[in-house]
Amino acid sequence: MTDILIMFLCTLGALFILIASFGIYKMPDFYARLSVTIKAATLGIGCILIAASLHFSDFSVTTKAFAIILFLMLTSPVAGFLIGKVAYMTGTRLWKFSIMDELKDDRKKNKGTATQTSVKEPEKTSEKE
Amino acid sequence: MIDVENYLMYVVMPLICLALFFIMMRFFKGPQIVDRVVALDLLITIGVGFIALFSLITDNRVFLDVSMILALIAFLSTVAFSYYISKIKKK
Repeated sequence: MTDILIMFLCTLGALFILIASFGIYKMPDFYARLSVTIKAATLGIGCILIAASLHFSDFSVTTKAFAIILFLMLTSPVAGFLIGKVAYMTGTRLWKFSIMDELKDDRKKNKGTATQTSVKEPEKTSEKE
Repeated sequence: MIDVENYLMYVVMPLICLALFFIMMRFFKGPQIVDRVVALDLLITIGVGFIALFSLITDNRVFLDVSMILALIAFLSTVAFSYYISKIKKK
């Protein structure tokens, strides 16, 4: 019974990781890539670590696995927020079909007042999709 | 009845290797530097799961310490890269 549960959880985690990799390869935009990677990778690795804690069924291994899940769930949103903000402020262009840009006013104000920290023009992405 | 080690070795590991292949293609192709940073972050995050799966296959619980350290280092690398990019583009 435990073996079947371990195999099921590992397969589920591997499928989530595979979906995340398809997402990071096929998504048209940097921001879409960022969103799909952070969520799916965290969920897949959570499933694999729960399977590991089921396999060893030991107190130290279980606490270690839950500590890893806690670290990933604490740190990956912070990293995603930081890299997304830096990408927006350095002028990564949005997808042409995206309908909302709530930080546009902030960017214009930043460009108008601050001379030293001027936001550059969006770089030309070489990808046509 | 298939046993767990063979199933994990021959079914789950190739799925993760395929995922690593696609992420490496994005890492080499990525139009901008932030794409590469996100691909690197995802590579390290999947490396954590890879090490956990390897400790499950070899039945050795010491490898989970390595994956715990790697889960912390991935976050620091992304933060350092974002700080570096913001400092470069300000000049």
